[in-house]
Amino acid sequence: MKVSLTVNGARRTVDDAGESETLLQVLRDHLGLTGTKNACEQGECGSCTVYLDGTLVCSCLVLAGQADGAEVTTVEGLSAAGAAAVQEAFVEAGAVQCGFCTPGLVMAAHDLLAHNPDPGDDDIREALAGNLCRCTGYQKIVDAVHRAASPTTTP
Amino acid sequence: MMRLPPFARLAPRTLAEAVEMLADQGPGAAVVAGGTDLYPNMKRRQVEHHALVDLRAVEGMRGIREEPGGGISIGATTRLSHLAGSSAVPRALAHAASVIASPQIRNMGTVGGNLCLDTRCSWYNEPEDWRTAVGFCLKAAGDVCRVAPAKSHCWAVASSDLPPVAIALGASVRAVGPGGERTFPVADLYRDDGIDHLALLPGEIVAELLVPPVDGLRVTYRKIRRRGSIDFPELGVAASVRLAPEGICEAATIVLGSVASAPVRCREAEDLLAGRPLTPEVIEEAAAAAAHPAKPQDNTDLSHVYRKWVIPIHVSRALQSLS
Ligand SMILES: Cc1cc2nc3c(=O)[nH]c(=O)nc-3n(C[C@H](O)[C@H](O)[C@H](O)COP(=O)(O)OP(=O)(O)OC[C@H]3O[C@@H](n4cnc5c(N)ncnc54)[C@H](O)[C@@H]3O)c2cc1C
Ligand code: SF4
Ligand code: FES
Ligand code: FES
Repeated sequence: MKVSLTVNGARRTVDDAGESETLLQVLRDHLGLTGTKNACEQGECGSCTVYLDGTLVCSCLVLAGQADGAEVTTVEGLSAAGAAAVQEAFVEAGAVQCGFCTPGLVMAAHDLLAHNPDPGDDDIREALAGNLCRCTGYQKIVDAVHRAASPTTTP
Repeated sequence: MMRLPPFARLAPRTLAEAVEMLADQGPGAAVVAGGTDLYPNMKRRQVEHHALVDLRAVEGMRGIREEPGGGISIGATTRLSHLAGSSAVPRALAHAASVIASPQIRNMGTVGGNLCLDTRCSWYNEPEDWRTAVGFCLKAAGDVCRVAPAKSHCWAVASSDLPPVAIALGASVRAVGPGGERTFPVADLYRDDGIDHLALLPGEIVAELLVPPVDGLRVTYRKIRRRGSIDFPELGVAASVRLAPEGICEAATIVLGSVASAPVRCREAEDLLAGRPLTPEVIEEAAAAAAHPAKPQDNTDLSHVYRKWVIPIHVSRALQSLS
């Protein structure tokens, strides 16, 4: 099956996507964009999070055919979209240990800040509820989101 | 790796086309909307479908509309995040949508998919390898229920958040199938059978959820789960009351989610409230009675003893918030 989509601003075509393959497989296996991680494949961990036509989704639950004609932004395209601040805040706050969850969390944090530039702790925890991290215990991730929200006022 | 098995994906543009495609594909085909329930279940090989009719591109099936005669229509493919953020729908319904799953899942999951969610069980919602090792069960490929082996009945749990509050609001469902369309109360969508839990006719598709005007009805929904987010409900309590000016309860509806294979109406508790004021004593009496029809089984997170024990506590809190 042929799938044409725009990924991070560039037109991409995959000629041989399987009908029951997911957007996650298209991104990682066909397009080599391995920033989007593959973990649970059941919607539970958020490591595969991308924007699909501007909406935050789990790419493991989007079919390749459904992404045909769509516009997708992955973690690789976020800095171009002006989200470097989120990534920098994660590094500065020490919110990255093994780093496997980080791309998905950066995506979810970016989406939160786009809708709510000054989130409280509860807003952050709810916005990141679909993203599992097995290393950090989350506090530094919450700190990172605060830091990204107001880089000058957070210590 | 959890990959989807092969299947054909059909993408109709109209509801009539969807109904026709589903009928053409015959048994073993299904509809898919957000896929947030169906795809994980297919990846875990709990269910098999040779063809899926994808409702997402069906025109006129998405969105929230005020009905000419009052009330609200919520299209079946309306996303949960849209419902959660809507000020056009009763607050309790928007709240119930807002506490489902995670932001990503609410962006994908739909109202129709939530109403038609497969029942869940800790012996069923497991990967195939796990079930191969432990043994299959009645609901998928096995011949015994792992929860209650003595009976040939499946106790898998109706775990979706919208149905209890939709019932408490007096909402209906419009379904369209090969034999035409029909509109019926949300409660009639369900059967208390973990395997055959939907009372849809063969080939029927849920088109919309119809919520009547609230008109002074007070409604609330409480969700009980282990964590403050992401988890399915271990108990859902929806309650609505209509109070006369002097505070007398004219009518009450209490519905429990996640305690059976269908939402459970607490008729005895409702009758105890009718014609009486919502005083603490009356509320306690009704709350105690609300637990009577619920028989949670040991097949979800949190023990069934706990889930039964907390019913009166949460029904009481729900009613207090309405008094
Ligand atoms: C991590 C995670 C957490 C979750 N937490 C919750 C939770 O807390 N509460 C909750 O309620 N749900 C939860 N869910 C389940 C699910 O995401 C939601 O219930 C969602 O609303 C399902 O909608 P969908 O459109 O994705 O359904 P789909 O997966 O597309 O469909 C679900 C079922 O309904 C049928 N169906 C879909 N649309 C129709 C229709 N219009 N007519 C007839 N049949 C139809 C499908 O054939 C399928 O059997 C969770 C899921 C995940 C992955
Ligand atoms: S209740 Fe019994 S038959 Fe039903 S899914 Fe669970 S173990 Fe299987
Ligand atoms: S891989 Fe998609 S949610 Fe875990
Ligand atoms: S840093 Fe390792 S999973 Fe989050």
